[in-house]
Amino acid sequence: MDAAPSPEGELTVEIWRGGADGRFRTYRVPRRRNQTVLDAVTYVQRHIDPSLAYRFACRVGVCGSCAMTVNGAPRWTCRTRVERVARRGRVRVAPLRNLPIIRDLAVDMTPFFDKWARAKGHFVPSAAGTQGFAEVAPDSPERRAADAGVECIGCGICYAVCDVVAWNPDYVGPAALNRAWTLVNDVRDGDRAGHLAAAAAGAGCHACHSHQSCAEYCPTGLNPTASIAGLKRMAFVAALKGAP
Amino acid sequence: MTVTIGPRNHPAYWAFVLHRVSGLALALFLPVHLYVLALAIDDAARLDRFLAWTEGPLVKAAEAGLVVLLAAHMAGGLRLLALEFLPWHEGQKARIAIGAGFAVAVGLAFLLNAF
Ligand code: HEM
Ligand code: SF4
Ligand code: SF4
Ligand code: FES
Repeated sequence: MDAAPSPEGELTVEIWRGGADGRFRTYRVPRRRNQTVLDAVTYVQRHIDPSLAYRFACRVGVCGSCAMTVNGAPRWTCRTRVERVARRGRVRVAPLRNLPIIRDLAVDMTPFFDKWARAKGHFVPSAAGTQGFAEVAPDSPERRAADAGVECIGCGICYAVCDVVAWNPDYVGPAALNRAWTLVNDVRDGDRAGHLAAAAAGAGCHACHSHQSCAEYCPTGLNPTASIAGLKRMAFVAALKGAP
Repeated sequence: MTVTIGPRNHPAYWAFVLHRVSGLALALFLPVHLYVLALAIDDAARLDRFLAWTEGPLVKAAEAGLVVLLAAHMAGGLRLLALEFLPWHEGQKARIAIGAGFAVAVGLAFLLNAF
């Protein structure tokens, strides 16, 4: 934040204040070279209103905690440069969609992670796994499928942009299903059929309409739509074979 | 939080909107279509008068619209079935474009035959 102000002068930042019934308030922030949206929000909190609530940790796109709605689209604010998103010197910052607002820009991620648990998004050790190192061939189809989805950092961007989550609050959403798909394909896991059954149950993988907004917006470049399609296919085959 | 068209402005989302709108339009059209066909049994003279009316250019244009919707819905439906039942293919956007092109081509072919 020590760089000299760029010639462009000031940025107008509209920030959501309050809970679900809150409103946008407008702040003026000096423009800097390479300024991110997170920098602008931080400036407001440090210099204008210390009561502003928001989250961040790493500032470099690793932790996933800084996700917010920037000009209507969910983004990692630490990796979103003001110059890329500002329209006529204005940026509008709101909390992530599809999650309860705690206050200002901070949302309650509990439903997101509860659904992660509902989709059985945790590794189940197998008895054999305790015997030594598991050997998984890097080019096996399972390993490739798991690798393709494993870099998720749980930021909630895909969950916020998914309209099916907005329309059906029961829908487990792209991140949890993407995680379930990596476990269904994890040959070390002790309950792969259980992961598949959990992902297909209720408003699970079959509720997805393949809009691909999740894949379009995941900042890590993952493709939850492809993972969910894999789950749909595998669950279909399992159902034909008489799985519960 | 309200989200505007912004994040929805990508080909797969437009394909979804078109698929839903065309599906609903076809569902509304189908009962009317069947009712008119049933006139062949109930009241052939009325059917003939109706068919004469459908020769008008405005009705033909509207029919072409329906044909495009049906072709678009079929192409979109086959695309979704391929997406969900076949291994993932990176060319999803190309497939959407092919489906749209197919629908327009079918509409033009209908118009060529109509006049
Ligand atoms: C021509 C062959 C057709 C194919 C291949 C087809 C395929 C499909 C598929 C795969 C879906 C699921 C879409 C999704 O998962 O979001 C669907 C939805 C739908 N179809 Fe069709 N369909 C066809 C004809 C029709 C016809 C003739 C009608 C009208 C009576 C119709 C009305 C609908 C409606 C209302 C939906 C729901 C739309 C939505 O959920 O967004 N379809 N179709
Ligand atoms: S592909 Fe499925 S999970 Fe992804 S945004 Fe669309 S409906 Fe949601
Ligand atoms: S899939 Fe991508 S957008 Fe969704 S939570 Fe994981 S990293 Fe974030
Ligand atoms: S602060 Fe960690 S990803 Fe943005």
